Parts: sequence; C-alpha cells; structure tokens
Amino acid sequence: MPTQELSYRDALRMALVEEIDRDQNVFVMGEDIGRYQGTFRVTEGLFQKYNVEQNDWRIIDTPIVEPGFTGIAIGAAMTGLRPVVEMMTMSFSILALDQIINHAAKIHYMTGGQSTVPMVIRGPGGAAKQLSAQHSHSLEGWYAHCPGLKVVAPATPQDAYSMFKQAVRDDNPVIFTENPGLYTIKGEVTTGPDVLQPFGKAQVLREGKDLSLVAYSRMVHVCLEVADRLAEVGISAEVVDVRSLLPLDTETIYQSVRKTNRAIVVYEDWKSGGFGAEIASRISEDCFDDLDAPVGRVGGLNVPMPYSRVLELECIPNADDVMAAVRKLG
Amino acid sequence: MIRRFEDKCNIAYRQGLVGGYMHVYIGMEATAVGWNAALKPGWDYVITAYRDHAQPLIMGSDPVKVMAEIMGRSGGYSFGKGGSMHIYDIENCFFGGWGIVGGHTPLGAGLAFAAKYRKEDRVTICYLGDGASNAGVFFESLNMAALWDLPVIFIIENNEFAMGTRLEYHAADTQLYKRGEPFGIKSERLDGMDVLQVKADAERIVNWVRENQKPYLVEVMNYRFAGHGAADNDRQLYRTKEEEDENTKRDPIARLEKYLTENNLMTAEKMEAINVEIEERVEAIYEEAVNSPHPEPHEVYAHVYSDMEPEKGH
Repeated sequence: MPTQELSYRDALRMALVEEIDRDQNVFVMGEDIGRYQGTFRVTEGLFQKYNVEQNDWRIIDTPIVEPGFTGIAIGAAMTGLRPVVEMMTMSFSILALDQIINHAAKIHYMTGGQSTVPMVIRGPGGAAKQLSAQHSHSLEGWYAHCPGLKVVAPATPQDAYSMFKQAVRDDNPVIFTENPGLYTIKGEVTTGPDVLQPFGKAQVLREGKDLSLVAYSRMVHVCLEVADRLAEVGISAEVVDVRSLLPLDTETIYQSVRKTNRAIVVYEDWKSGGFGAEIASRISEDCFDDLDAPVGRVGGLNVPMPYSRVLELECIPNADDVMAAVRKLG
Repeated sequence: MIRRFEDKCNIAYRQGLVGGYMHVYIGMEATAVGWNAALKPGWDYVITAYRDHAQPLIMGSDPVKVMAEIMGRSGGYSFGKGGSMHIYDIENCFFGGWGIVGGHTPLGAGLAFAAKYRKEDRVTICYLGDGASNAGVFFESLNMAALWDLPVIFIIENNEFAMGTRLEYHAADTQLYKRGEPFGIKSERLDGMDVLQVKADAERIVNWVRENQKPYLVEVMNYRFAGHGAADNDRQLYRTKEEEDENTKRDPIARLEKYLTENNLMTAEKMEAINVEIEERVEAIYEEAVNSPHPEPHEVYAHVYSDMEPEKGH
C-alpha cells in the first residue's frame, strides 16, 4: 500500500475526499467550510472540486447556528445519509449539546434499533494559540461521558487518516476531536481505500519498562518528548496513545501498567473531572496490585483559558509538568 | 379510534400500567387525521414532539406495538425503551416522538434535507406546539429550510397552552403563523378542528410543497381537551371550567358525527356500530399490550450502539 509523508491536516483532508468519492451519501456541512475553505483549511479546495466542478451539493456552507445545522444533519442521518459536521471549534459544539446528547446519542436506543445516526462531528478541540476562554475547550471528556456516542482523539497523521475513514463508515454518531496544535505535524501515512483504524484500540507508541505515560491527542507528543528526556537519565518510559476514548481499550493500558508498575495520565482538559481522571481511576481500580506508586495525573489548570500567551502556556500541560509528576512518583 | 385509544391510555396510566410522562391527543385529532390524509403513505415523512400516539396510529403502525411501548413492554416499537414520548415507526416513515420542546424541529428540516439531497419528491411534516414555536432552534430551522428550499411543512399546533402557560403569557406575537414570514416562507393560520376542512387545506399545501420544493408554515388552531400530560391534574390553574366546556363544543369528532348525520351520509345505527367496533378493538389492543412481557434486564444494553455493546455493570 502506498505511503507518503503528510501533515495531520492533509491526511484528514485526503481521507475526507476519499470517503466523499466512495459514498454518495457522504456530505460535509459547517460554517465557512465551502467558499471560505474552512477556518483551519481542512476542507480546502473541496467546494471548488465538488460544488463547482462536479455541480454536486456535497460541501454545504451553513449559517452560524450549531444547534440548527447539527439537528439537520441528525435528521438527514436518520434516513441513511452520512453527514460530516465540522465544528469551527469544538467549543462551539456546546451550543449543539442538546442535539448531540439529547438527540443523536439516544436515537438508536430510543427507536429500539430502528434508526441509526451515521454522522461524524469533527473539529479542533483544545487550545490553539491565544484564542482565549471561549475557543479553547477540550470537551472530549464530556462526550465520552455519554453512552451512544463514540469519541476519538487521534494524535498522528496516520490515525487522522485511518480513524477518520473509520468514523465516516461507522453507523453511530462519532465525535472526532483534532487538537489545533496537531494540524501541522507530519508523519508517514499509509493510504488506501480500506486503510481503517477500528475504534477501541490503544497503541503503544514507544516501549519502556519503568513507567507508563498514558495520553491522547496532542498530549501524546508531550509524553514522547518526556520519554526522550527520561531516557537521557536512564528511565525507560512507555507511551500509550489511547486514541479512542469511547470505546476505551483498557486492556492495552493495563498491560502496560502491569509491565511498568507506574502510570501517569496526561490530558489537556481541565484536570478536575476530565477524561484522564477516568483513566486514572480505572488503573487504580483494576491494577492496584501491580502498582508501585499511586497513579499520577497531569491535566490542564482548572481555570478558564486566559488570553495572555504567558498565562495560556501556564494552563496547558507541558513536558516540564510531566517531568515534575514523574519525580513525584519517586 | 384515536379518542378511544387515548382514553384507554389514560385509564392505563391511572392503573399504574403507564409511568413517567404521557401526553394524549384528545381534542386535537382532526389535525393529524386531516393532514395525514394528504400524504403519500410510506413515502412522506412525519415527525412530531412528545404528543405522539396519534400519528403512528393513522400512519399504519401496529396499535398493539404502540400501546405496548406506552406501557414499557418488550412488545413495543422500541422494546419498552422509548415510552409514550418516544414512539417511532421508521418503516412507516414516522420519525417520532421527541421530548425536548423545539429540539426536533431541525431534525424535521433534516428529513426534508435528505429528500432534497437524494432528489426524491418526499414531503416532510414537522409538527410542533405553540410552546415550541418560541425555541431558537426552530427559527434556525426555518431559516435553513428557506435558505435551501427544503420541502418541509412546519405545523404549529396552537392548542393555546405551552404546558400550563397560556399563549399570551409566552409569545410576544400570538399570531404564530407570522413566524415564517421573516424568512419568506409561505405561512397561514388554519382551522384544526374540522377534519374535512383540514384535509382540504392539507391537500392543497402538501401538493404545493411537493411541486414547488419549498417550505411552508401553518398555524393550526386546535384545543387540548386533556391536560398537558397525564400528570397534569391542575388544569384550573391555567384555564377555567367554563372555557373548557365552551371548547368542548368544538369537539372535532362530535362535529364530524353531526355533519354525517345532517347530510344523511351515515345512519345513527351505523355510527353506533362503528363506535362499538372501535371500543372492542381498543379493548383487544389493550389486552394484547398488557400481556406483552416486561423487558428482560439484560436488554438494557441492547441498541446503545448498532455494532457493539456498552461497558457493563455498575
């Protein structure tokens, strides 16, 4: 299968184009995604390609009304269409929470399996750069709290590609969150019509024996940096990329912890009550006898995201914060 | 049939066979009956809020499965996991059955969006109440329906009460049909109590929407004889007995009976025979529904996802 170097953003776009081409039921809707080509340029060129050159109504610019267009996508999905809804930032999905939680997530259940909602809600989640308090939320933990949704947070261009294709083909509503800091990172990507990454499978991105660093999305890269720094001082850290929050692959996490006997969970979301707390709790509950130290947690500061770059960087966990947590483990 | 079915649901509620919230359609029957008569069965889409027993009965759903669902039994359309507010019969194009006031209105636009996307000539009817007509998401839906020329008919069933709050206390403009005008949507206020008139209006408008592929908004004036829900035992807090009595004179069923009698279209004997037949039928539906078993505990995990089970256990 062909392999090429792609940015996270280009990998996403390539997967999106392939899925639109593969299935007439797939369409994209969101704010500024068509003529303006997307605030983060994930949909660059698509309006021209489909709506203009092919005269096919596949890329749909919406008014700035998240509840309304999310609801329209849900209704369309109930008839078997496969909408990909872009949230300009995941922070705006808060407006559509009623549609996502009260409607999309419940439909298969409330209809007793008569209907499915094959839709993807994707967009940047987490802090970009000085977008301040209303545009920087990490909401994946909120969504992963809700049965009926699937929630994924890929960290690499390969997973952006193969998990996105998987998401489009999934018959359930999928929240696909992309940390804005990831769009420009590059990596080798194996591509192909059926290169899919099934959900519910964590991956070990770096093997180690002394300590497990468990993370998802951009924090995976922070953990990889920490593992490099620890290697310099003779500590061998394993990095587990959770990548799928719901369903959650606890087994891969537990296997790592059983080997290393120490774990730190790293997440950008507010530390208190974030999804990392769920992971930490499970490790404590199910791997208690394997642990040589309490499970560590590094999360975002429990404050609204400030505008000042200095203060913003204070909020987002970095390698130093994780190193401090490692030292605390003893 | 709807009237007797809903009466029986009320009885079942009082017997403790129905839990939670239940909202009956008594008094409003002519609206759904008249409008449905204008639709292509199994082709056009219908979606409504939580006062949702009548539509599936009219659209050809199995009434036993409807009542079993209302009773939370495994023989219901959703195996007892939806309940009174969440009846669905997707095969017959009935899309529920929704509990968040106004929340289903974009879904209605979405059904119409799908028809347009596929270049099908389906029409969608999206019912909502006067209370829901204030919801922001409804205005968002109107805007997009007009923007994209979606073949959807929004029917505001103005039964004069948003739960227990009278129209003039919840709507700045009580002429609710005007909600469509800012968006350039053709809008009308129509009667909802005279089933023959409703049907004639419905045929005219459904045909127009199918032909012109544009949205339409109708405010239908009807009246909820019953309380908001079965748990609403304080109707006198928001309306007087006299008002209720006065409106009972508008009863769509009595009106139709009177019409049939006065025009010698049906004899009193025939009418009585039909009434007896319906009552027997509803009794049989009730018996079958009440004998449907409760779901097994393990069924709680089914249908959370289409392709996997959720995590189990407390």
